[in-house]
Parts: sequence; structure tokens; C-alpha cells
Amino acid sequence: MHELAITESVVDAVTERLPGARVTCVRLEIGGLSGVVADSVRFCFDLVTEGTNLEGARLEITETAGQCHCRVCGSDFEPDGPIAICPCGSIEISVMAGEELKIQSVQVA
Amino acid sequence: MCATCGCSGTAVVRLFPVDLAGAAGPRQHAHSHADHEHEPHEHEPHEHEPHEHEPHEHEIHQRDHSVQDERTVQLEQKVLAKNDRLAEQNREWLRERGVLAINLMSSPGAGKTTLLERTARELGTKMAFSVIEGDQAAMLDAERIRASGCHVVQINTGAGCHLDAAMVAEGLRLLDPQSGSVVMIENVGNLVCPALFDLGEQARVVLASVTEGDDKPRKYPHMFRRADLVLVSKTDLLPYVDFDSKRHAADVRKTAPDALMLQVSAATGAGMNEWYAWLRRRTPVPHD
Repeated sequence: MHELAITESVVDAVTERLPGARVTCVRLEIGGLSGVVADSVRFCFDLVTEGTNLEGARLEITETAGQCHCRVCGSDFEPDGPIAICPCGSIEISVMAGEELKIQSVQVA
Repeated sequence: MCATCGCSGTAVVRLFPVDLAGAAGPRQHAHSHADHEHEPHEHEPHEHEPHEHEPHEHEIHQRDHSVQDERTVQLEQKVLAKNDRLAEQNREWLRERGVLAINLMSSPGAGKTTLLERTARELGTKMAFSVIEGDQAAMLDAERIRASGCHVVQINTGAGCHLDAAMVAEGLRLLDPQSGSVVMIENVGNLVCPALFDLGEQARVVLASVTEGDDKPRKYPHMFRRADLVLVSKTDLLPYVDFDSKRHAADVRKTAPDALMLQVSAATGAGMNEWYAWLRRRTPVPHD
């Protein structure tokens, strides 16, 4: 549900950085462990951009995989899904990557 | 649409300062918009890949997307950069004023308001204590807190499922907490969304009630991972529910190795003194 506010933060940030620009494409990076569901952002995007400089823009999302280190067995692994559990069963993990939530670039006309 | 707080249409964020006599007045929130920053733009060659457009009915969509006029602007910024910036401003404001702010989070019904009622009653006579209440709607929690003799501002988030730094900035301004006091920020009951939004608090407290079951740290690691203190609440109900305290404690420790854990019952008062001691240790000395 917070994807609505997240998507609005995207529109807000782009509008602040590029006031008045007609934006035709927005590229986001969403990490697999960021707690944000890319499909939900896609769902919100058209609704949120309506009436803004981003209306009608394409949304391109790069979903990056999580990278974790298990503090029990010492292995590095890519978690299977949004909740990181080591294949050895441990939840004692350090997140190395996958919490990114970033606006990479935009295309302006 | 307000792009700061997630409110749209009729779902508007409203703040209600509640004085001790019980009078409350709604206030629309106001956002301060920092001046725009424009970092140097890098212009990359435009792409010629064909892009698809689904048929649109609105005239505004029928504009000319002539690719030769388009350019790419690298932004490379965090989506929540603005919230994080406002949160840092809140943190600095609190530090300068000498106020401890706690972000209290849990699922709905874990006992946040009951904990605060008892805390306000028992600690409020010894130290200054006020509350920012976050709920999607209604003044119920603010009324309960006020009845325990505590200054409170209710924030109704409307469509929003969490508090953000802009709402808390406005709440703090209305609350005007005195130096050497504690502000408890009761977040919207939710174990997912509030974890993402820094409010500018000095500490995060997660309340986990025994009635919810012992599997929450495994199922909601985002929330527990950043906790400074995990309060296991409703411990008076332990004999009646299926809650493995040892397993829960072990999972909290694994998920949040640095978090302290305390067991409390706001109904019987068990463990409350440890919670008060934890708060007192963090409360700044009042400025002159």
C-alpha cells in the first residue's frame, strides 16, 4: 500500500528537479529487498502521474536481486523472494544489496 | 494531488491539536518545499528504440513524441530523498531543542495506545511527555491519550498507511514540546510501510504483542531489523495464548542483533519500570 506514496515521491522528486519539463519516460531501480513491490508501483503510476508533467510517461523498472551474507554458515546468497532466509534455514543475515529504491534517469521531450 | 504525504482527492491529511480541555480543531497540513536543486545534467544520446503507446482517449496523450527532441537526464537519486532530508531536519530540530522523539510501531491492536496511556499516567507526573498520534481516521486514540492528562496531536493520514517526515514536522510544530521532554510518535498500525519512512526520531520501538503470535520477526524482518527496542506486550495473556517466548526472542535477536528486548504488560504494569528506565536514560537534560 505504501507504493502509492512511493510513486508520488517519484513524481514529486522528478517535478522538483525538472520543473516544467515534459517527461516521457521514468527509469527506476527497485531492489528485491527494498520492501517495495514493482508491480504495485506500475499499478499506481498512471493514476499518480495524471495531471502532472509525467502524464503519459513510460515507466521502466529495473528490479535488482538481493545479495545477502549468512552470519551462521558464512555463505553469500540471493534470497528467493522479498524476505531473506538463507538456504541453510538461518535468518541471521546481513543485507549486502537489494535495498535500493532509486530514480535512475528520466527522458524529457 | 499532494506528492509529499500521499493524500489525494478527498483523502487529505489532517492534523488535530488536542488541548487538555479536549477541544480539537482540524488543520490542513502545510508542506515546506525546499528550493529546487539542480545538479549538472548529463545528456546522453537519445534512444531510437520504438516505444509502444496504448490507445489513449485524453487529448493530452496525443502529443508528438518526436524522438529527436528527447533527451535523457540522469537523476540517480533515492526515491525517498526528500523524506530523508525532512527527517534529518526534524532530528536536528529535536536535538537543538533537547527533545527525545520515539517512533512507536506495531501492527494494529498490539497495544500502542494502551502502553502510552499507562506511560502518560505513571511517567507524566515525573517528566514532560507528549504524543503524536497517527491513524488513517478518527480521533479515538487522541481522546484516550488526552484523558490520561497528556498533550497530543492527532494526525489522520487519510489514504496513507504510515506517517512521514513532513507530517511529523507539522505535528511537532503544533505540539511545541518543551526542552527535556519525550515525544512519542504512535505510527499507523502496520508492520510493513512505516519501516520505510524515517521520521527524524532518535529511536525506533517495535511493539509485538503475544496475541499476534511469535512468528512476526520472521514474517516482517524489515520492521524488526531497524528496531532499537522490541517491547513484547500483553504478557499478562501469555498463559492463554500459543506464544513461544523463547523462539520469539531468538528470532528478534537474529533479525535485530543490536535491539534490546523488554517484556511489558500495560494491563498489570509488569515490566513497565524497565521501559520507563529505558526512556529516562535517553531523555536529554532540559536546556536552561
